[in-house]
Amino acid sequence: MAKRVLIAEDEPSILASLEFLMRRAGYETRNAADGEEALQLLPVFRPHLVLLDIMLPRRSGLDVCREIRADASLSGTRVLMLTAKGGNRDHERGLEAGADDYVTKPFSTQDLVARAQALLADPVLRLAPGAIPRQDP
Amino acid sequence: MLQGWIIVAASFAYIGLLFAIAWFADRRAARGQSVVSNAWVYSLSLAVYATAWTFYGSVGRAATDGVGFLPIYIGPTLTMLLGWFVLRKMVRIARLNRTTSLADFVASRYGKSALIGGLVTVIAVIGILPYISLQLKAVSTSFQILLGYPEVAMPPPAGSMVVMQDTAFYVALFMALFAIAFGTRQLDAAERHEGMVAAIAFESLVKLVAFLAVGIYVAYFMYDGLGDIFARASGRPDLEVLMAPLGGAAGSYANWVWLTVLSMFAIVFLPRQFQVAVIENTDERHLRRAAWLFPLYMLAINVFVLPIAFGGALHFPPGTVDADTFVLTLPMTQKAEGLALFVFIGGLSAATGMVIVETVALSTMICNDLVMPLLLRIRAFRLSEQRDLSSLLLDIRRAAIIALLMGGYFYYLLAGEAYALVSIGLISFAAAAQFAPAVIGGLYWRGGNRTGALAGLLAGFSVWIYTLLMPAFARSGWLGVEFVERGPFGVELLRPHQLFGLAGLDPITHAMIWSMIANVGAYVLGSVIRRQSAAEHAQATLFVDVYQQTGEPGSSWRGATSASALQTLVGRFLGPARAVELFTAYARLRGARSVDELEGDRDLVRFAELQLAGTIGAASARTMVATVAQEEPLGLEEVMTIIDEASQVIAYSHRLEEKQQELEEATRELKAANERLKELDRLKDDFISTVTHELRTPLTSIRAFSEILHDNPDLDPGERQRFLALVIRESERLTRLINQVLDLAKIESGLAEWRTAELDLREIVLEAIHATSAIFKSRGVTVEARLAPAVAPVMADRDRLMQVLLNLLSNAAKFCTPGTGRVEVRLEGHAGGVRVDVEDNGVGISRENQALIFEKFRQVGDTLTEKPAGTGLGLAICRRIVGHFGGRLWVESEPGRGSVFSFDLPAAAAAGGAGRLVANA
Repeated sequence: MAKRVLIAEDEPSILASLEFLMRRAGYETRNAADGEEALQLLPVFRPHLVLLDIMLPRRSGLDVCREIRADASLSGTRVLMLTAKGGNRDHERGLEAGADDYVTKPFSTQDLVARAQALLADPVLRLAPGAIPRQDP
Repeated sequence: MLQGWIIVAASFAYIGLLFAIAWFADRRAARGQSVVSNAWVYSLSLAVYATAWTFYGSVGRAATDGVGFLPIYIGPTLTMLLGWFVLRKMVRIARLNRTTSLADFVASRYGKSALIGGLVTVIAVIGILPYISLQLKAVSTSFQILLGYPEVAMPPPAGSMVVMQDTAFYVALFMALFAIAFGTRQLDAAERHEGMVAAIAFESLVKLVAFLAVGIYVAYFMYDGLGDIFARASGRPDLEVLMAPLGGAAGSYANWVWLTVLSMFAIVFLPRQFQVAVIENTDERHLRRAAWLFPLYMLAINVFVLPIAFGGALHFPPGTVDADTFVLTLPMTQKAEGLALFVFIGGLSAATGMVIVETVALSTMICNDLVMPLLLRIRAFRLSEQRDLSSLLLDIRRAAIIALLMGGYFYYLLAGEAYALVSIGLISFAAAAQFAPAVIGGLYWRGGNRTGALAGLLAGFSVWIYTLLMPAFARSGWLGVEFVERGPFGVELLRPHQLFGLAGLDPITHAMIWSMIANVGAYVLGSVIRRQSAAEHAQATLFVDVYQQTGEPGSSWRGATSASALQTLVGRFLGPARAVELFTAYARLRGARSVDELEGDRDLVRFAELQLAGTIGAASARTMVATVAQEEPLGLEEVMTIIDEASQVIAYSHRLEEKQQELEEATRELKAANERLKELDRLKDDFISTVTHELRTPLTSIRAFSEILHDNPDLDPGERQRFLALVIRESERLTRLINQVLDLAKIESGLAEWRTAELDLREIVLEAIHATSAIFKSRGVTVEARLAPAVAPVMADRDRLMQVLLNLLSNAAKFCTPGTGRVEVRLEGHAGGVRVDVEDNGVGISRENQALIFEKFRQVGDTLTEKPAGTGLGLAICRRIVGHFGGRLWVESEPGRGSVFSFDLPAAAAAGGAGRLVANA
């Protein structure tokens, strides 16, 4: 049974590229254009992985990530954050919010797919939330 | 029987006892075991304030004025309790400057002025003579009364006897001898008399015990205690009046207040009080205890004043016995011989104590501040070349003492009978009070100067002579009583007891008011008008800031001399042996083996001057030292230089202050500018980060699809075509974005090129509609143009205006619902210019978003369905373009009812200049 990937991205062309990449890697996908939509889909779709844009309209990617981590029923869900800004602050904030990994836009498609596969393939690799040492800003 | 010889023998025995005490104290002092250096002796010596006037006169005053005698004792009590710190400052200054007298003190303060010293001496001598005469009167009167024992008879009035048979004359003569023996046996570097102080303290004890003895005798042996006396007095209407709070008819609040003030001054400024309180003080700390011990003494010696006064008034028929003699006559009527004799000794004690200290103090002043400066000035005496002057100094003082007592005696002959004891004393008090402004002002006001002190002393003293001394002479028949009653030459306004119509006060209060007004007024005025000399300024600072100084006071000597010359000079006044002693000690202190090794520097000169000052006063000491020290005189030029430097420093510090203010202002501006820069920096960062984000979005798509296309050669042609189209669209978006960012940056930085010309907006609007017709057609939106046939031309850049119109039109097209969308473009002229409206019936914009859409990268749209394809910079650029040509761009809208974007441009005639100016900038 194919693993489920939820793609939350407000930029339609980027969303289209991500959808293509995930499907080609053999995953089942659903799309969300903003944070609210992503949160509505989560309990229904119960994805193994969420590709989450950090700058989403209505509810930010960070909010969505925190909600996932707060929800015990989604404990198996991994989060790969897509950050647009180059600064390290975004990565930190993403990881603090509970993301498992991140890629920076514009991303390498091979790198993105490899990270997604890694997160979905090996549960051992997945780090428990909070195990990431926080770096002081 | 009390025979004459017994009284005289007792008197001399008592004086002999005093000598023994003085001799003992001097011996102890020489061995360094001072008996006077304690607060008890100090306080008792201050009680020299209580003279024969207190001893006899208080009762006399109480018998006529009731408690009216009290202010004289309340004043000193107040001074000691509340004003002891003023005394302490004077003590400190006097010790540091080796001050020898009150005159020396005042002269030192005002630039070591010999003139001031002389003036103070003259005032003191003339002012105190009545007081000395009072003592003579008291002693001779009491002697004669006692001689009449057991009869109680009043002696004949003064002046009715031949001088050589007059008791007062002999009293004066003997007192002069006592004073000479007590006060002028030796010359000391510091004018201290420990033996004299010890004797005075003993005398204070004797007079207190004597007075208390009479009081107790009258109250408890003649009557049945104080209650009995007051009860009997209450039965007599003339005595009951005296028990009123303010003491009978003569008392008024003004008199009380002024008498109190007068006495507050007297306890400090009477020459003898200054002598014991300041000069003879051995330790400042004694003042703290004297502050309550002395008031206690005052209280004790006044307790029985009213009982004795009432006792006498009850005992003697009115008018037969002078109330001033009650203390003596009451025991006599009871045949209490021993007590009467003891009372006489007590009175003698009070009188001799006062006379000795007063004449010693005055003779020092006469010698140091009057005679010596004159002698030093008269070249014929060649004083500065004489070998040994110490005996001359002593002779001058002795002569002065004799002259003072003779003067007192003659005043007694002339005016002594005209007044009661108290009134005579008060005249002297008023004279001493004249020193108060110059001394107190000098202690606390740096600005008080020599001119002011001279003017104040002269003015106050003149008023004193006119309102108190001359009336006293007049009453004695010297000037004629009309002078007092009708004024000089019949001018009533100048009557000495009602000067300028100030009536209803007793003469002393009246004189105090006028003399203090004149004195303080002249002192302040003189000080303000004239500038201080350099020497005055130095001394003023030395006095006012005495607590800030460490060690010896400075002197402005700038010359040099040899040590031996100075030693010889000091030797001439203190005796060669004493001089060698002093200089050798000084040499040891300075670490030199002998006097010859000492350098004649300013320290040594100052040392010599101080030694001399202790003997001949500061002013004379300076003159003397000047004869041997080749002082480079502080010439006017140098003084001016110093002042000039000082004013330069002041000006410089003033400039510094200004500079500092300017700097603070600049700092504030810099801070504000920095805040603005930080804000701009933050905005720039925001802008860059926003731009980066906006650039990344199309880049991300382009890269993603490029890689997909590259990595997946097996894509079906349809999908491949779709992805390539996305890449192209995103590339176009990227290009547009970059262009607009650059465009905005150019406009904002002022680097944009504006080709400003007169334009017909109607033509441009039509062209814009034409250019966008394809978009409208493709979206199914209709466009309607309602343009005024002709409008005023505007000054603007054609391409830029076209850019604005295209932006507004394409926005309108974008936000209209396809099919039903309708856009109306209007153009109309008005008074100041031309206005364009672009109205659509699209989704509309909420009120909060209406402001946001003109900001950079703020896009408003229904993001749920479709993102607007704009860059978020269009409206921001439009608003800047319209603003550049002096116009305004705004929006009116309601959600769901469409929007109207409008802009306004001024007509060319009105705003062309501004546009052209900016274009050329």
